[in-house]
Amino acid sequence: MEYFIQQLINGISVGSIYALIALGYTMVYGIIKLINFAHGDVFMVGSFIGLFSARYLASVGLPPVIVLIISLIISMTVSALLGISIERLAYKPLRKASRIAVLITAIGVSFFLEYSGVFVLGPQAKGFPEILNKKQYQLFGSSVQVDSNQIMILATTVILMIILQYIVHRTKIGKAMRAVSYDMEAARLMGINVDRTISATFAIGSALAAAAGVIFGMTYNSVDPMMGVLPGLKAFVAAVLGGIGSVPGALVGGLLLGTVETEISSLGYSSWRDGVAFAVLILILIFKPSGLFGKNVREKV
Amino acid sequence: MIKFNKSFWFGIVFSLILYGIIRILLTTGVLDDVAESTLILVCINVMLAVSLNLINGITGQFSIGHAGFMSIGAYVSAILTLNFDVPLVFALLIAGFVAALFGVLIGIPTLRLNGDYLAIATLGFGEIIRIVLLNTEYVGGASGLSGIPAETTWTTIMFFFTLLTIVVINNFIRSSHGRACIAIRENEIAAEAMGINTTLYKVIAFSLGALFAGIAGGLSAHKFYVINPGSFNFLKSFEILVMVVLGGLGSTAGSILGAIVLTLLFTALQNTPELRMIIYSVILILMMIFRPKGLLGSTGLSFMKFGKKEAKPDDVISESSSS
Repeated sequence: MEYFIQQLINGISVGSIYALIALGYTMVYGIIKLINFAHGDVFMVGSFIGLFSARYLASVGLPPVIVLIISLIISMTVSALLGISIERLAYKPLRKASRIAVLITAIGVSFFLEYSGVFVLGPQAKGFPEILNKKQYQLFGSSVQVDSNQIMILATTVILMIILQYIVHRTKIGKAMRAVSYDMEAARLMGINVDRTISATFAIGSALAAAAGVIFGMTYNSVDPMMGVLPGLKAFVAAVLGGIGSVPGALVGGLLLGTVETEISSLGYSSWRDGVAFAVLILILIFKPSGLFGKNVREKV
Repeated sequence: MIKFNKSFWFGIVFSLILYGIIRILLTTGVLDDVAESTLILVCINVMLAVSLNLINGITGQFSIGHAGFMSIGAYVSAILTLNFDVPLVFALLIAGFVAALFGVLIGIPTLRLNGDYLAIATLGFGEIIRIVLLNTEYVGGASGLSGIPAETTWTTIMFFFTLLTIVVINNFIRSSHGRACIAIRENEIAAEAMGINTTLYKVIAFSLGALFAGIAGGLSAHKFYVINPGSFNFLKSFEILVMVVLGGLGSTAGSILGAIVLTLLFTALQNTPELRMIIYSVILILMMIFRPKGLLGSTGLSFMKFGKKEAKPDDVISESSSS
């Protein structure tokens, strides 16, 4: 039982990272029906910016918590700008083109970010500085361990999630986003600036991915230019699992996928971990194609 | 299924003349080993692109797991020639049929899905095949199989299978079955209402595409001596998809052109390894922005009326139905 809870805690901290990336996928898909394959690489860029700013700020001599918060903010801001420029330069000229053309462009952008990363930073992995000192906490009479990093991950995810919920449901831009995702043409007729709304969606999604990147770096202590590929795909699986286009779905899907993966690894089948993730995806798609939280849309003739 | 007409025979004669010229150039040494190697690579990619075009471009089923079928073909044929001493041609045919069987297996459960969901499911299937291979000791696990006899030469075997792929798939597209597949692409519900068995045709398209992808996989395994699960990941699937889209989705001639252009581009960029993928991705993005329909649009492969539009451009129809 304790062992199970321990794995659940580990699973939640992995799942939070997936959930943060999945939000970007789900928001972009909800609004322009594009599987943004470059999203995993925005996560990678965010992680590297976090690394460089954390190194710099730590060398200046700021306290660890401030270093973490400032490097998170820097990384999220720069990635948001990156997300907006990707959308403006690569996806916006293709608003009227077929969806497969946009998808190929997304794959192109993904390759571009990956191999520019390799070109600029070199292919080898870089160590991520330990921003906060790890502390172990014992629960249930020392049988379950939680470290400070895991608490930090969960706290960051929850805070970002609350901010996101506030933006989507309480602000004007959030309302515009919901309107555009419901019906782009009608929203345009109602005087909503669709292009600006799409840019905002990309900005928010990319900022969340960057936050996930910084957290990922702190958890695994190693980052490289190709690191976005697999977490990106897994986060996409999480988004589909929860119902693509649904914000709470992405959270639940991410946590679920993270938990399932850690349980599989703890049972000694770690080499099958990725396979199980995709098997879960296919089962979900076959039995409930719209995901756990998705709306069932009937096809109109 | 196979229609014989003037255009068909013109195409066959044209291909045989091309074969003769290249054969002479190879034996006289005008084309060296590197050129022959590139030629084999081009042919393998042509087979892959043409077979994926049948699924994606003609039937409109968005599949991005083609590398999975390729890997099945590669492994089956490699094991047959390595462990059972089966002659290459039979090994390739068996590999193709095993891949086709997988095409049916994957086709049936995913038929309920369409559009992006089908794409994700096929991507998932491709990755599952890769992970199963990775964890199977019999086929060498992560290190893969090595010492596969390098029997793929451009002469005869490669040429024959490439021609076979193009002829079979192009004739299938132009038969009444192919028309049914195009009807499914244009509007699945309307096609069903007109009495087309959509399930049957989707499965046929999937298995026929998988068949030739399997053969192409087998040929590439017997070209490179070594295969491992890593060479058949989803990036390989994307690469094939890019060839199809770059040439023009739904056009056999486009797929052939796309495969040739991209393979040559890749070979040419081999001299600048650091910048190769960056240049490649920039070309890809610019190409999609300035010519999203691909090089040839949806022009069909026909030697008598080359360059003439075969059908109404599909984007007009899909645009009006999506809005």
